[in-house]
Amino acid sequence: MSLIEGRTGSWEIVIGLEVHAQVVSEAKLFSGASAAFGAEPNTHVSPVDAAFPGMLPVINRHCVEQAVRTGLGLEAQINMVSVFDRKNYFYADLPAGYQISQFTKPVVGEGKITLDMDDGSTREIGITRLHLEQDAGKSLHDQNPTMTYVDLNRAGVALMEIVSEPDLRTAEEAGAYLRKLRSILRYLGTCDGNMEEGSMRCDCNVSVRRPGDPFGTRCEIKNVNSVRFVMQAIEIEARRQVELIEDGGAVIQQTRLFDPNRGETRPMRSKEQAHDYRYFPDPDLLPLVLDPKMVEDLKRNLPELPDKKKARFIADYKLSPYDAGVLVDERITAEFFETVAKGRDPKIAANWVTGELFGTLNREGLGIEQSPVSAQALGELLDLMGDGTLSGKLAKDVFAAMVKTGKAPAEIVEEQGLRQVTDTGAIESSIDAVMAANADKVAEYRSGKDKLFGFFVGQVMKATQGKANPGVVNDILRKKLAG
Amino acid sequence: MALDKATVARIATLARIKVPEADQERLAADLSTIVTWIEQLSEVDTTGVEPMTSVAEMTLFMREDKVTDGNRRDDILANATSPARGAFFTVPKVVE
Amino acid sequence: MGVFTDLTLSDARDGLRKRDFSARELTEAHIAAVEAIRPLNAFIVETPEQALAAAASADVRLGRGEGLPLDGLPLAIKDLFCTKGVQTTAASRILKGFKPPYESTVTENLLNAGAVMLGKTNLDEFAMGSSNMTSAFGPVENPWRRAGDNRPLVPGGSSGGSAAAVAAYAALAATATDTGGSIRQPAGFCGIVGLKPTYGRCSRWGIVAFASSLDQAGPMTRTVRDSAIMLGVMAGHDPKDSTSAPLAVPDFEAALTGDIRGLRIGIPREYRVDGMPAEIEALWKQGIDWLEQAGAKAVEISLPMTKYALPTYYIIAPAEASSNLARYDGVRFGLRVPGATLDEMYENTRAEGFGEEVKRRVLIGTYVLSAGYYDAYYIKAQQVRTLIAKDFAKAFAEVDCILTPTAPSAAFAIGEKADDPLAMYLNDVFTVPVNLAGLPGISVPAGLSSDGLPLGLQVIGKAFDEETMFRVAGVVEQAAQFTHRAQGSRP
Repeated sequence: MSLIEGRTGSWEIVIGLEVHAQVVSEAKLFSGASAAFGAEPNTHVSPVDAAFPGMLPVINRHCVEQAVRTGLGLEAQINMVSVFDRKNYFYADLPAGYQISQFTKPVVGEGKITLDMDDGSTREIGITRLHLEQDAGKSLHDQNPTMTYVDLNRAGVALMEIVSEPDLRTAEEAGAYLRKLRSILRYLGTCDGNMEEGSMRCDCNVSVRRPGDPFGTRCEIKNVNSVRFVMQAIEIEARRQVELIEDGGAVIQQTRLFDPNRGETRPMRSKEQAHDYRYFPDPDLLPLVLDPKMVEDLKRNLPELPDKKKARFIADYKLSPYDAGVLVDERITAEFFETVAKGRDPKIAANWVTGELFGTLNREGLGIEQSPVSAQALGELLDLMGDGTLSGKLAKDVFAAMVKTGKAPAEIVEEQGLRQVTDTGAIESSIDAVMAANADKVAEYRSGKDKLFGFFVGQVMKATQGKANPGVVNDILRKKLAG
Repeated sequence: MALDKATVARIATLARIKVPEADQERLAADLSTIVTWIEQLSEVDTTGVEPMTSVAEMTLFMREDKVTDGNRRDDILANATSPARGAFFTVPKVVE
Repeated sequence: MGVFTDLTLSDARDGLRKRDFSARELTEAHIAAVEAIRPLNAFIVETPEQALAAAASADVRLGRGEGLPLDGLPLAIKDLFCTKGVQTTAASRILKGFKPPYESTVTENLLNAGAVMLGKTNLDEFAMGSSNMTSAFGPVENPWRRAGDNRPLVPGGSSGGSAAAVAAYAALAATATDTGGSIRQPAGFCGIVGLKPTYGRCSRWGIVAFASSLDQAGPMTRTVRDSAIMLGVMAGHDPKDSTSAPLAVPDFEAALTGDIRGLRIGIPREYRVDGMPAEIEALWKQGIDWLEQAGAKAVEISLPMTKYALPTYYIIAPAEASSNLARYDGVRFGLRVPGATLDEMYENTRAEGFGEEVKRRVLIGTYVLSAGYYDAYYIKAQQVRTLIAKDFAKAFAEVDCILTPTAPSAAFAIGEKADDPLAMYLNDVFTVPVNLAGLPGISVPAGLSSDGLPLGLQVIGKAFDEETMFRVAGVVEQAAQFTHRAQGSRP
C-alpha cells in the first residue's frame, strides 16, 4: 500500500472510478441516427435526439446485448429486469431536459476486475454496477465570444456507465484498472476504448483518510480523457485534499475539473448549483425484461477474455507471466501471437512478437493491426530459421526487409541470395582460405590460444557474407584447426 | 403540507421558470392548496403494493441496430429561434 | 350546402363511394362551415388549400373506384398532433410558429386513408385543462347555450376545439387526446361521442406529450359508428412507440351488432359522488334501464379507490409533464426570450412561454419528484395507481363493461371555476380512473340537463376490448335517440 506523506503523517487515497464507455453500435441507443464519430455538426441527429415534440425513444437491441456481454465479461450479476429512468436537469447539450439512464435498477449489478500489478501480485477491484444511458451533445465554448455552440451528433449515443467500488488506493492502481477495463471492453468489442475520441471517459471520485479511518469527503473530477491524466489528476487532487486538511480546512464535496496544462483541479462553475435530478421511471419506455435464452446465448458466445487467455498462455505455451501479460493485453496481439506460434516453438514466437515486431511497431508508431508483417509471414520467417535456411542474424535482416517491402520472407531470401550456406564443400574451401591467410593465428591457436576460435568463425562468416550455417562452420573449423 | 416562498423559489429554479418575488406568495398559497389536497393519499394503506411502472402489459419492443435517420440538418435546425450559427444551435455563453 | 355538413361520417363515406357527391363538394362545404364558426375560436390554424388538394386526390381515386377507407372525408385535427409543415403549437405561446418536419403516426394513418385535414383545433395549453380556457389562443366557445341564457359556455377540455368543431357540424369528425378525460368530458359537454381507447391502442408518436403514461389519442364524432370507423384507421401497432400494443386492429364497425343480451354491466357504487346533480343521477339510472331493456344485466360493483383517483392523477400527470415539458427551452424550436446567461434564457423563455396552469402543473410536478418528496408523493401515487388498476381488474372479472356518467355536471360558463383549480379538477372525477388503469372509455350523448345542455354517459371497457364497449355504447346511443342540436351548430 502506498501512502501520501503529509506534514502531519501519512494519508491513504481512496479512489472509485466511473467510466463512461461508448457502446460500439451502428445507431444510437434510442434513435435510428448514426452513432459514428466525427461527422459534420448536427448531421447525425434525428428529431428524437433533438427532443422534438412528440418524439419517442425505442431501444436498440444491440446496445442492450452489448451491455449484457460487458456485464458477463466483468463476471457480473445480470439483472433480468431493469428500468430506464429520466435524470432531469437543464443543460445546453441535453435537448430533452432529461437524460435517459438507469438509476435504481441497472441492467448489470455487481462484478469484478482483477488487476495484475507490476510486482506480479493481483488485486481484485469490485464493480458496483453497469448501466445504459444516453450521451449528451457537445457544447463548443470557444467559437464565439458571447455564445456557446451546440452540436447534437453525440446526443443519444449509447453509453455504458461502469462504476467501481472505492477499492482503488493509488494512482497506479487506477491506471491499471482503466487499462484492464479497456482491454476487456476491446476483447468483447463492446467499446473501442479510444479515450482521445472520447469513446471512453472517466470520472474520478477521490478522497483521503488516515489509514484505518472511515472514508473522507470525496470530490469528483469529471471527464478525464486519458489514463495518464487520470493518474495525474488523482495525485494532484489527493495532494490538494491533504494540504487542505493539514492546513486546518475541510474537503467539501464538489465536482471538479482537471486542467493538465496547469496541473491543477478546480471546481466546475456549471456544477456549483446543488442538483436534484428528480429521477423517475421513463414513462415512454417499459421495463427492460431480458430473455434468459438471449443471455445464455451471449454467454456461450463470449470470447476468451484476457485473464483466461493469460493463464492458458502460461500453461500451454510455457510463457513467462510477463510475456503472457504483454501478449494478451490486446486481443488482436494475442491472436497474432497464436497464429505465429501455431506448430512452432511458442517461446521463439513470443520473443519475435514482443521483440522485433513490437520494436518495429513502436518505432513506426503503428498498431499491430497495421503491422507491415503479417502473422503468417512472421511464421514463415521462423520456419526458415527452423529448417536451417536462415541464421538468427540473417532472419533479422530478412525481417527488416519484410518491414520495408512487405514481401514474403522466402521471396526476400531468394532475391537477395541470403540463403544460409550448408554446403560443406563450399564452407570447407572458405575455411581453408581463411586458415591459409592466417597461418600465424593458426599456430597460436594450436599452441593453446583457443580464444582465437571466435576470430576464425568471424573471418569465415565474413568470407561467406554471413550466409554460412554457423553450426556447420563450427564443426568443420574445429576439426581443421585441431589439425 | 404548506409550501413556503422559499420552496416555491427552489422548485421554480429547478423547473427553470422565472417567478418574480412578488408572485411567490400567491403561488405558494395556490400550490399549497393542491399539495394539501393530494396528501389525502396518505390515508391509503399501500404496504407491500408495487408502484405501477407501466400500465401496458407488454414487453419492450427493441429496434434493430440500423441507421434509419439523420442527415437532415436543415430539418433539425429549421425551427431554431436562436440565432443558429452555421451548423450549430446556440445558447448564451456557458462557462464550465 | 348544409346537407353535406349534416352527414355522419359513415353516410358521407357511403355517399362518396356511390359518387352521390364529390370529395370537393363535401370539403368545400366544410371549409365554409369552418369559416362560419370562427366566432367559436375552435381552430388555431385552418388549412383550406391543403384540404382541397387532398379532396382532389380523393376524387381521382374515388372516380376509379379505388377509394381508401376515409377517402375525401374532412376532419379536424387537435393541435397536439404534429402535422408536417403545418404549425403545431399545443395551444402554447412557447410553440408558436413551430412547423414539425414530421407527421404524427395517427394523423399519418388518417391521411394515408384519404382523410382531408381542415385545420388544427384549439385546446387547453398542452392539453392541461377541462375548459379550453388555458389556451394561449383564447378560449373556445361551446356551440350550445343554456336555455334562456346567452352566456357563452365552455366546450370542456382539453379537446375543446375538436369537440366544438364536430358539435357545430364543421367537421365530420376530429382527432383528440385524452389524458384524464380530455376527449370524453368535452364530448359530454358538447353532445357528441368521444372515445379514449385502451392505452397502447393508438401510437403516441408525434403527439405533443403531456403525461406519457396516460395520454391516448382517440376520435370525436357525432355517432358511435363514426367513432368505430375513425378508431379503426387511427389505431395500430407503431414500432416507433415503445408503449404501442403489437396487436391487430379489429373491425370495430362490425362490433356494432346492437345485441348486448347477456352482457353484465357494472355500476360502480363509488361513482355516486357527493353533490352530483340529481338529473345526472337520473340519467345514469335511465342508462341502466336502457341496457337492461336490451337484455343486459346491471351488476353493482365496487371500485373502492375511486376517491383517490384524482389526487393520484394530480401527482402522476404533473410529474410526467414537468419532465416532458423540459424540452421547451428556447434552443431548438419555439419561443426564445433572451437572457444574459443560459439559465436566465431558460427561465425567461419558460416564464413567458407557458401559461399559468401549465406553470402550476410543472411546478407541482417538479415538487413531487424532488428530493425528499419523491417517495411520499410520486411512489405513493404509483402504488395507489396499482390499487386502482386492481379495482378495475377485480370488477372486470365479474362484468363486461361499466356504465357511469361522463362528468358530474353539464358545461359551465366561460370564467366559472376559473379561480379554483380544485373545482376545475373535479370535472374529471369519472374519467381519470380510466386513464390511470389504461382502459378504454367512451362518452355517448344521452340526454339534456334541465337547462337544455347535453349530458353524456360513459361506457368503460376491458383493456383491448373496445368491441364490447362499442356494442354497449351503440345500444345507449340507439336508446337515447339524442337528436338535439346545438344552437350554435347552424351559425
